[in-house]
This record gives sequence, structure tokens and C-alpha cells, in this order.
Amino acid sequence: MSTDVDFDVIVIGAGIAGMVCAHQLARAGHEVVLIERGQEPGTKNLSGGVLYCRVLEAVFPGFVERAPVERRITRNVLSFLNDTSHLNVDYWDSRLAEPVNAVTVLRAKLDPWMAAECEQAGVMVMPGVRVDALLREGDQVVGVRAGDDELRAHVVVAADGVNSFIAQEAGVRPKEPIKHLAVGVKSVIALPRTTIEDRFRVSGDEGVAYAFVGDCTQSIAGGGFLYTNLDSVSLGVVLRLDDLEAKGLSSADVHDRFLAHPAVEPLIRGGELLEYGCHLTIEDGPAMVAHDLTRPGLVIIGDAAGFTLNTGLTIRGMDLAAASGMAAATAITAALKAGDFSDDGLSGYRAELDRSFVGADLKTYAKAPAFLENPRMYSEYGQLLAEVFHGIYAHDLTPRKHLVSTAMAAVKRSRLTLGRLMLDGWAGARAL
Amino acid sequence: MTPLPSITERLARNTYHLDEDENHIEVNQEIARRTGTGKLLVRICPAQVYGEAPDGTITVNYAACLECGTCKAMAAPGALTWHYPRGGFGIAYREG
Ligand SMILES: Cc1cc2nc3c(=O)[nH]c(=O)nc-3n(C[C@H](O)[C@H](O)[C@H](O)COP(=O)(O)OP(=O)(O)OC[C@H]3O[C@@H](n4cnc5c(N)ncnc54)[C@H](O)[C@@H]3O)c2cc1C
Ligand code: SF4
Repeated sequence: MSTDVDFDVIVIGAGIAGMVCAHQLARAGHEVVLIERGQEPGTKNLSGGVLYCRVLEAVFPGFVERAPVERRITRNVLSFLNDTSHLNVDYWDSRLAEPVNAVTVLRAKLDPWMAAECEQAGVMVMPGVRVDALLREGDQVVGVRAGDDELRAHVVVAADGVNSFIAQEAGVRPKEPIKHLAVGVKSVIALPRTTIEDRFRVSGDEGVAYAFVGDCTQSIAGGGFLYTNLDSVSLGVVLRLDDLEAKGLSSADVHDRFLAHPAVEPLIRGGELLEYGCHLTIEDGPAMVAHDLTRPGLVIIGDAAGFTLNTGLTIRGMDLAAASGMAAATAITAALKAGDFSDDGLSGYRAELDRSFVGADLKTYAKAPAFLENPRMYSEYGQLLAEVFHGIYAHDLTPRKHLVSTAMAAVKRSRLTLGRLMLDGWAGARAL
Repeated sequence: MTPLPSITERLARNTYHLDEDENHIEVNQEIARRTGTGKLLVRICPAQVYGEAPDGTITVNYAACLECGTCKAMAAPGALTWHYPRGGFGIAYREG
């Protein structure tokens, strides 16, 4: 069987998952081709932009120093938005700077760098080519078809991202229910570096990540984000598809209204729009990962397999994409050595994942999607917090009350019952 | 005032490699009308690729597509044929 292949491994998709996997396989001495439909890697890719980067240090030593990353995130702000008020939890910690925990990235800049690293490791990078289908012999996946061309390999890796058409059209994975998916609508807005430092109270290459909940999505399940880059900010909304359908709103309008919100607009004032884009992302990663991850001759990694954790406050997909790419490379190396490309031969993949932080985190956050389905998350709670703080800070000459009674009065005025509140609080603590 | 021009002006700032020979989006007008998918597409596409003509026909400006896949995920079965543009064509993000 080893004589009739063009490569040991074909990787479809030069995103983070595909590039990490291809890089590790080439490092291990295998012949790898990486096929990307974009004219250059990165041209099709859009992310919010906070990359939890420690996992990448293992693949690309000196990653933070060498790669085109934007800012090290040392300040995290959680912002509850209401129509006419907002409340922030603002967390800065110097420990987040060293060792570097998270950096902002712009994928059209990061991905070409990573592709160059792949080439250096010996990967054959083939951009501008769209894979149209898998080649099969019986149950076994034996290669890919792109237009009139066919390429054969011992193992094909589907790293083609959230839409995952390759695996879906081959009948390997079902079409995802829309409540597992969300659309992100994002703008990148240029601001002078000094403005960013003054406005966001950061210095040097430090940066801030805002997560917005509440009114930012006009009650559609999802949230808003704003991340600082070197001389721009990335911001936008993430909208769960089933709720976007149900609420009858326009995705572009929701994005535009978020940018115009009185809590957000001052942060981008005077800036210039560089780019407007959108991309799907995953709401319920654990449910998607429960599907098959391998078939004879086929391994599915990254978003294509569902490896994204959306906790409502953070979306983590890039670090999981990298980790799943590493786990797949280890398993495929073992399969190549044994010459066994059956399901059994590739079963090391699931085992590697379970051993890594990916398996553990997927279990930890398995309840998060159900918790985030709770509609009160997107309306009542922001209002409630604002009421409590209004009670503390608004001095209307009525006698002051203790914080507890202020809070209780706010709960009473809201449509929430105390029992409901405690149940949600408990569910939240368990889910997140 | 946010720094946001109209969607058309916004997209004009993006880089696209337009495939003049192949349209990657096709609406089945009859199913789109019957299922309500037509109106849904107009509202959910962030690039406003879809429009509704006075007679109810759904128009498609495929050149503006940002290739997110939202329309394909949400359309009723049979209402929409959508695939990625040919290799090298379509949106080319410079920021991402
Ligand atoms: C709005 C938004 C905000 C996000 N925020 C964050 C965040 O802050 N932090 C974080 O960690 N994650 C975030 N994510 C998630 C993260 O972007 C993804 O999890 C991650 O990009 C997945 O990597 P991947 O390599 O699996 O897929 P992708 O990066 O999507 O790469 C897939 C690649 O495959 C190519 N491809 C697809 N089909 C074919 C084909 N048929 N032939 C050839 N090539 C093909 C594509 O062009 C692409 O290059 C966000 C996502 C969105 C949409
Ligand atoms: S893929 Fe996205 S941008 Fe393109 S038409 Fe569909 S919804 Fe609009």
C-alpha cells in the first residue's frame, strides 16, 4: 500500500489546527502536503483574537517573541450592558504578563507566519486549492479530489474549520443543529497606538480584552467582545443562530448597534474602519466532539471536529485547535509506524486528547452551553446589577440602606425570584 | 458616531478576488418563498448579499460574500445551493 501514495499525510485546511498538525508530522519525518483554499494562508480566517498561547510555545519555541502577535493581555474586563447603563468587572494582574498567558492576534497576519514555519519544517504548502471531496476505497479514505486532480495518502486530516463540509459531505458527520453554531460579526478599527495606551490604560505591548454580556446583542443569546491590537481594536458580536432566527433581527444591525452603544462607542471614537468581516463559530463544542473523530484513513481536528469552548465570557478555539492538531500528529505518527490506518490504528487520537488539557476542559465545560441557553443571562441580570449599584451610588436624599437590602429590593423590582437567582447562580458556578 | 460607513462602503474596503466565471450561491426561489428562507437570508447575512425585489424574488450579490456559511446553515432544505468559491477566489482578509 505504501507505493501508491503521493504523500504520507494530506492535511486539508491551513488554519491553526491544520498547520500545527502538518508541522509536527513533518518534524517527525513524514511527507506532508497542506492544502488551503485561500490564495494565501489566513486570507479566509477570522477570529475574535485572544489566543491562549502557551500550547503554541511547545510547537514553535519562542512563539510570542517570533510570531506576529499584537498585545499581551493583562487586563480582562467583564462588562454588563443595559440600554442606559453598564457595569464593569475590571481585572488587571501583572502575573498575566509573565509567563505570557494570552495574546491578541489577527489571523491574516499570524497564519502566513505559521505557514512559513511549516514550510521550513518540510511541509509542502499548497495554497489556492479547494479540496472538493474525499477519495474512498470501500470504508477507507485514501486521498482527496480537487477539481480534476487527485492526491493519495495513507491518512487524510480534515482541518477545514467550523463548516466542516468535507466530513459532512462524506457522510462522516451530521449537519450540525443551528443551536450549536453562532455567527461572529466583527470590525477592526484603526486607532493610534498612543490613543490605545491612554484610552485603555495599558503600556508597552500590554493589552486588554473586554467581554460584554446583556444588551450588546439585543437579547439574542451570545455576547460582544473588544480586544486591543497594537494599533487597532477588534470588536463585534457573536450571535447564536437559533436565537438570531427566533428574534427576527438583522445580524448587521445588531453589530452596528453594539458599536454605537454608549459603553462601546467612546472606546472606538475617532477610529477608522479597516475591515468588516464575519465567520461562524461553535456554541456547543462538547456536543460536536461527541461525534466520530476518525474513520479509516481519516482524522478530524480543530473546529471541524468541534474543538471550541464558548463559556460566554471567552471563546477558546485556537488553543484547542493547536492541541487537537498535536494529538492527531502523535496518533498518526504511531499509525504510520505500525502501518495500520484503520479506526483501531488511529484510536490513539482520542486517547491523546483525553490525556491533554483538551479532554479535561471539555468535561469541565460540558454544562456551559446549557447554562448559556438561559435567556435571563442576556437580559435580566445586567439590569439587576445596575439596579443594585444604582441603589448604592444614587443619592436621592432618601435614607441609605445596607447593601443587602439594596440588593434584595433590586431583586424584588426585577422579574426574578430569589430562588431562581440562587438556582442560576449555582448552575453558573457548576457550568463555568 | 461610530466609524462605520454603509455596508456597501464597508465591503468596498475589503479585498476580494472576484470569480467572474462562477457564482457560488444559488437560491431556489420557489422553496425560498414557501419556507420563508428568502426573508430570513436577507436579514441574517452580515454582508447583505441577499435582497428582496418588489415581486418577492431574492436577489444575490455573490461578489460581496464573506464566506461565513451562516446562510447555508440556516436555509430550509433545498432553498439554497451554496459552496465555497473556487480555490484562490473570494474574500481575502487582510486583518482577520
Ligand atoms: C467571531 C469569532 C471570535 C472568536 N474568538 C476567539 C478567541 O478570542 N480565541 C480563540 O481561541 N478562538 C476564537 N474563535 C474560534 C477560533 O477562531 C477557531 O476555533 C479557530 O480558528 C479554529 O481553527 P481551525 O484551524 O480548526 O479552523 P480555521 O482557522 O477555520 O481554518 C480552517 C482552514 O481550512 C481552510 N479550508 C476550508 N475548507 C477547505 C477546503 N475544502 N479546501 C481547502 N481548504 C479549506 C480554510 O480556508 C481555513 O484556512 C473565534 C471565532 C469567531 C468566529
Ligand atoms: S456565507 Fe455568510 S456572507 Fe456569504 S452569503 Fe452566506 S451569510 Fe452572507
